[in-house]
Amino acid sequence: MTTTAIPPEARRAPAAAPKRRPRREREGAAWVFLSPWVLGAIVLTLLPMAVSLYLSFTDYDLFNPPKWVGVRNYAQMFTEDPRYWRSVVTTLTYVVIAVPLQLALALVVALALKGMKRGKGFYRSAFYAPSLLGASMSIALVWRAVFNDGGTVDNLLGTGGWVNKPGWALLAVALLTVWQFGAPMVIFLAGLQQIPAELYEAAAVDGAGKGRQFLSVTVPMLSPVLFFNLVLQTIQAFQVFTPAFAVSAGKGGPADSTLVYTMYLYDRGFVASHMGYASAMAWVLLLVIGVVTAVLFRTSRSWVFYASEGDR
Amino acid sequence: MTSTTVAHKPVRWGRVALHVGCLLALLVMLYPLAWLLATSLKPADEVIASLDLLPSHLEWANYKTALDGVNDVSIWRLLGNSLLIAGGAVLGNVISCSLAAYAFARLRFRFRGPLFAFMIATIMLPHHAVLIPQYIIFNQLGLVNTYWPLILPKFLATEAFFVFLVVQFMRGLPRELEEAARIDGCGPFRSFFQVVLPLTRPALITTAIFTFIWTWNDFFTQLIYLFDPDKFTLTLALRSFVDASSTSAFGPMFALSVIALLPIVLFFLAFQRFLVEGMASSGVKG
Repeated sequence: MTTTAIPPEARRAPAAAPKRRPRREREGAAWVFLSPWVLGAIVLTLLPMAVSLYLSFTDYDLFNPPKWVGVRNYAQMFTEDPRYWRSVVTTLTYVVIAVPLQLALALVVALALKGMKRGKGFYRSAFYAPSLLGASMSIALVWRAVFNDGGTVDNLLGTGGWVNKPGWALLAVALLTVWQFGAPMVIFLAGLQQIPAELYEAAAVDGAGKGRQFLSVTVPMLSPVLFFNLVLQTIQAFQVFTPAFAVSAGKGGPADSTLVYTMYLYDRGFVASHMGYASAMAWVLLLVIGVVTAVLFRTSRSWVFYASEGDR
Repeated sequence: MTSTTVAHKPVRWGRVALHVGCLLALLVMLYPLAWLLATSLKPADEVIASLDLLPSHLEWANYKTALDGVNDVSIWRLLGNSLLIAGGAVLGNVISCSLAAYAFARLRFRFRGPLFAFMIATIMLPHHAVLIPQYIIFNQLGLVNTYWPLILPKFLATEAFFVFLVVQFMRGLPRELEEAARIDGCGPFRSFFQVVLPLTRPALITTAIFTFIWTWNDFFTQLIYLFDPDKFTLTLALRSFVDASSTSAFGPMFALSVIALLPIVLFFLAFQRFLVEGMASSGVKG
């Protein structure tokens, strides 16, 4: 017993030893703090990614062991499955309609609110509210009813119910996304407020009118925020699910016109139990989102302006 | 006195037009919410036939039907299930994301740069790329049709968006405070719990509220993992109306929709400052 009883001074001594100890201690502490994230990254992200890549080359129904089929899933997807292409076209159409409209509206409203003295806080919050509510099943069901035969939009425009028309149902889904422009709007507004007023004053002194100021000051100064919103909203739009599910009563109709990519993936994997096929679809989605993001980043070099670089 | 000053002050028509425009836009935007509220109180025959937004009389029976529950499961059970999942997710995200964020924002360790880049990249990772193997893992553990697949991942900081949010916030805190604490003999753990964490409260509140709302709204994950009606959340219970959409069930369906939306509306009204600013700060820096 006496041998283990180290006097307190001796125990504290190594801590006082120069330099090395605190650094190592901090490194150890960092990994303790990081451990839940590391575990999650390995077990719930990296490993599943590898497994889903493997499964994409197999036939797997959850019950029998996976059977290696090489690239058959991919071949079938690209050459023999019209519904797959239908879902690709539907998703791309949706992204191309919803994202630009949503961002344009967000920017217009942010510009309108920017210089406002009274009521700015109120409008900001009120326009933001749909961004939180819109993702819910409740609102998706409202959308289906409002755009249905006999719904408000039908009564107003005599459309006969978009939800039942193959060409129009997807537009109803896209409008639900556009309706949620509040989140990018709030980010735009915060970006606009960070543009120094001196820049506008200097431009005005140089004889620039409002339009010129917008093009030469606002647009370049706002471009990083615009880029951020564009990337984020595009990635999210590729993964749309709930509104398409609700509007089409879970079927992707009419005539597969709202069968977005993730809904077809759900259908193949979890309804038809073709987990291998669904995994192949998931990997194509991963690659497409990766490529789209990379392209956006590449093109951003020519139009996104970072103030710190601009100083030179 | 006052009348002369008013007379001298020109009416700024531009500003008036701006406010009128904003209010009109708000009216259009809030219409679906008003429609939802009105329809939840309409008698069955007015839901489709009538063009009026307001019901001829308030049909509280819709709410009575909704409160009776769905598929013989009481609404309190559904509400409890939703709260359990959202509450578990909030706890998990706040704990795990603040731990990871502190390491990334304040501590030095090997591979910090690459790991941080990886963490940021997972914000863009589509959930579907990991979905099926995660499902298989939980299936093999016998945890499908339980709440674990919905809660456990949050305790492992899988929502990188929040790690990033908290990192951004922690980077803005003055370093001097921790240095002072270190001189006073605080190790990284005490300095995390006693200095940094209390100061990070606004970011943690933002994380908690967003996690609650997003988990509450989540449909896809719940759809995949839960199939016993008595394990259903409010969101999933609403889904059963999607398949069988008879006109007579319209009123009760939207009454249930209102009930399912209520917590989000209350959270929004109570915390709108945190929400709006949390969203704004996530985009501006970085």
